[in-house]
Amino acid sequence: MNAARCVRIGAGAGFSGDRIEPAVALAEQGNLDFLVFECLAERTMALAQQERLKDPARGFDPRLVARMQALLMKCKSKHIRIVTNAGAANPHAAAEAVLTVARTSRLADLKVAAVTGDDVLAHVRQYMSEYKQKYPALEAIESRIISANAYLGADPIVAALDDGADVVVTGRVADPSLFLAPLVHHFRWSSEDWPLLGKGILVGHLLECAGQLTGGYFADPPRSPVPNMAELGFPIAEVGHDGTVTFSKVIGSGGLLNVATCTEQLLYEVHDPARYVTPDVVADFSGVRFEQTGEDQVRARGASGSSRPDHLKVVVAYRDGYIGEGQLSYAGPNAGARARLAAQIMRERLQGIGLGDDNLRCELIGVDSVARLPQVSAVSAPREVRLRVAARTADPLSAALIGDEVEALYTNGPAAGGGAFKGVREVIGLLPISVPRHIVQPRVTFEMT
Amino acid sequence: MRLHDLAHARSGDKGDICNISVVAWDIAEFPLLERELTAERVQQHFGTIVAGPVHRYVLAHLGALNFVLHHALGGGVNRSLSLDAHGKCLASLLLDIELPD
Repeated sequence: MNAARCVRIGAGAGFSGDRIEPAVALAEQGNLDFLVFECLAERTMALAQQERLKDPARGFDPRLVARMQALLMKCKSKHIRIVTNAGAANPHAAAEAVLTVARTSRLADLKVAAVTGDDVLAHVRQYMSEYKQKYPALEAIESRIISANAYLGADPIVAALDDGADVVVTGRVADPSLFLAPLVHHFRWSSEDWPLLGKGILVGHLLECAGQLTGGYFADPPRSPVPNMAELGFPIAEVGHDGTVTFSKVIGSGGLLNVATCTEQLLYEVHDPARYVTPDVVADFSGVRFEQTGEDQVRARGASGSSRPDHLKVVVAYRDGYIGEGQLSYAGPNAGARARLAAQIMRERLQGIGLGDDNLRCELIGVDSVARLPQVSAVSAPREVRLRVAARTADPLSAALIGDEVEALYTNGPAAGGGAFKGVREVIGLLPISVPRHIVQPRVTFEMT
Repeated sequence: MRLHDLAHARSGDKGDICNISVVAWDIAEFPLLERELTAERVQQHFGTIVAGPVHRYVLAHLGALNFVLHHALGGGVNRSLSLDAHGKCLASLLLDIELPD
């Protein structure tokens, strides 16, 4: 590749359950160099660790295979290289799954890299007494810890791309770093050019939620309509060697890309815009400006950065009890009053088993389940309303009781409750800590078809 | 008038912290937002939903305010009892604030 020319990166997924067709459109019509799939939430990692413990061949994103079946041939034939964190708790098994898809399609000479080293559970356990001094919350959860994964930066992905990988599969990597890596690889950016790395992180930050840049999560008609949302397209960044960037999407795809959608996404999950901490650089978005340069085309400039942190963020996941839930609907005249009576009965019933206000919620969906604002008075006469009771418990049997009690309102509660639902789920608690950078040693391994 | 007439907003979540960006449709109206939509006003609007402090960052050149709401997500996405555990709807609820004409 000629480092003087621009590089084009597409966002193929913004979360593990994301739609696949927009990535296919990007591969076919996006004139891409790289296609990046961000598929890993905090909770997903802990669940994947549990899967891997049960079965060493699992523990990666179950939708990876479907994505690769749809995209691997197209990307290889167009020389588009793929980067994804869909490896979750098991990048090696995920890489093997990619190779299996390739072999089934008789795709020769495909080089797949697996990036590991984010799993720091053994280290945290070994130095638990030191970490407990810094993070006293570890004391209470020590026996229930499931996983501890560090957020890796771009470096190991850059190394994999430098060595010619067609597909790079990682576990936990900071989301924007997945996109920074192809830029560092392509332009040979210095790993200490902080302002330039800050510009690269801006590219990654704006792309990492895919459709949220191109009109997804934006429509509020009639004030802000978004055209053809059923065919929403995902974004493309065209980046120059100096970090200048223009965002666009496939012509003809649905959605909307303008200064307003970009401004919302710039601040998404950001606290201090001048200090957006990543493993590669502390990015500064405070001076970013957007300019509409064409239909569904926006140029961004003004990002910068300062030196990377000495420590890496680690998320410790642990078993944190259970949540039980039950729901029941009321409709027609006086529905609100009957539902409130049902809620009162539930509070009395559940107090009897020791569930107080701190770990019990009784609310009416459609009235006050989301908008628990002090200034919003309850709707006086809703046409229909749904009681929701949810509680945290230490054990699954107590959690199941919540739904059972709500269901019992069928024959024991107010008139004409209908449509009972009940459920129990295990709660995975997350405790963020940090570890010295030097103890995290990323590794890259390769396999070919 | 309501904030919804003047601005759009988006929530993001990290642990038990919710951030909400508020962006003026017309940058000429941003001074009104900056004057009226203080961190205290936002804290008061959310009442008991937000247990911790609220911090505000001003990005005047973008016509945007970024509010960081601590202890706003019932302990975080995973352990929250809220139907909207991510606090995604909080952005829209913020747009319900009444502003002077």
